Amino acid sequence: MHYLLTHLDNAWALTLIHLRLALIPIVLGLLIAVPLGSLVWRHTALRRFTTFTASIIFTIPSLALFVVLPLIIPTRILDEANVIVALTLYTAALLVRAVPEALDAVPGAVRDAAEAVGYTKLGQLLKIELPLSLPVLVAGLRVVAVTNISMVAVGSVIGIGGLGTWFTEGYQSDKSDQIVAGIIAIFVLAVLIDVAILLAGRLITPWARVRVT
Amino acid sequence: MNFLQQALAYIFTADNWAGNAGLGARILEHLQYTAVAVAVSALIAIPIGMIIGHTGRGAFLVVTAVNALRALPTLGVLLLGVLLWGLGLLPPTVALTLLGVPPLLAGTYAGIANVDPKIVDAATSMGMTNWQVLTRVEVPNAAPLILGGLRTATLQVVATATVAAYASLGGLGRYLIDGIKVRQFHIALVGALLVTVLALVLDGLLALVVRASVPGTGRWRRRIPQPLLDDEVAVDVGPQGRGPENRDPSVMREGW
Repeated sequence: MHYLLTHLDNAWALTLIHLRLALIPIVLGLLIAVPLGSLVWRHTALRRFTTFTASIIFTIPSLALFVVLPLIIPTRILDEANVIVALTLYTAALLVRAVPEALDAVPGAVRDAAEAVGYTKLGQLLKIELPLSLPVLVAGLRVVAVTNISMVAVGSVIGIGGLGTWFTEGYQSDKSDQIVAGIIAIFVLAVLIDVAILLAGRLITPWARVRVT
Repeated sequence: MNFLQQALAYIFTADNWAGNAGLGARILEHLQYTAVAVAVSALIAIPIGMIIGHTGRGAFLVVTAVNALRALPTLGVLLLGVLLWGLGLLPPTVALTLLGVPPLLAGTYAGIANVDPKIVDAATSMGMTNWQVLTRVEVPNAAPLILGGLRTATLQVVATATVAAYASLGGLGRYLIDGIKVRQFHIALVGALLVTVLALVLDGLLALVVRASVPGTGRWRRRIPQPLLDDEVAVDVGPQGRGPENRDPSVMREGW
């Protein structure tokens, strides 16, 4: 704890790197998963294929992916881009399964009503089904965000890890205080981001708070 | 693709598999870390999940604990453990156990809590004790979700066990860490490939176990002795329930 308070400016700089490494993948993952998930939703074969591919991607260990990626895409080994691409893959893999499930959960009566008042298929998806599936998406997003933040720290093993750098530094110089500071900083960061997504989710789904009595 | 060829050549050379620091020994070490951590996680998470799911008390605790543990960085816990307790099996076991608990706890709790209340009521009204309701009705019905939690826990632990090598321990992470350190990236790739294969194999096996555990499908055919008393008539009901994952058509056809 003492270490954290005496190294606040260093903590802040590392936090910014940490956030960049954890949050860019979430945005990119969403941009991939939402259109892809909606697209394959109605096609059983495509949906199965997507789910299967996503499960395989999810199985690849993060440290392994950090190292293998430069061989597949044109990035340098030990480059920040590898961590971002790897975490984007995990985020997309997790969300692409959640999107069709969330769309499934939209009540049939709502769908029928939308069709009856003249919504096109695309209009229905954009204005009715996706908004109604937001609570499930937000729940998935919270899990991804927290997992990403603690996974970025693993990147410090290959030299890119934001606050995880304190783990490797503290270990090499035998300073348990520095490691504890890193754990606390990452924990607090994860909780803050989790709460932020929770609140943002409440803000964009005002109807979910209204309890019909 | 040069690295890949070199890595594959390394893997397919018999000499590299033998000895105390060979591929075979490293895979066994990796599986050992994984098995111990998953077993300890299960011993902690499953009873707690069962009690909270059965009584319905403390559900808030599960959510909080699961989220908090997820936010705990495994690498930090591992390295802190090594500094505090020295090298050995204890630090990776503690770090990986903390990683394995959340999915197991969430799965067990959700599985038990989501058993159809009608089934639980029926069991209670037949005179089953709390313990019997839990072990004979709720656990079999919750099996797919509990084992699903075990599958997720195993997957995360086997993947993360690679970081144990950073704390001078064994396992497949040795190849990753050493390969990066001495800039021999094909060695790192050997570790990456083998961990991925190991994770895929374990995940596939556990997926089959989860499938087999869906109640009412008869995939886990087990004879349950049903002694008949004088005035009882055998009724073919079977132990099926409608678990959350139970969408098997053969169950639907039996006409509930």
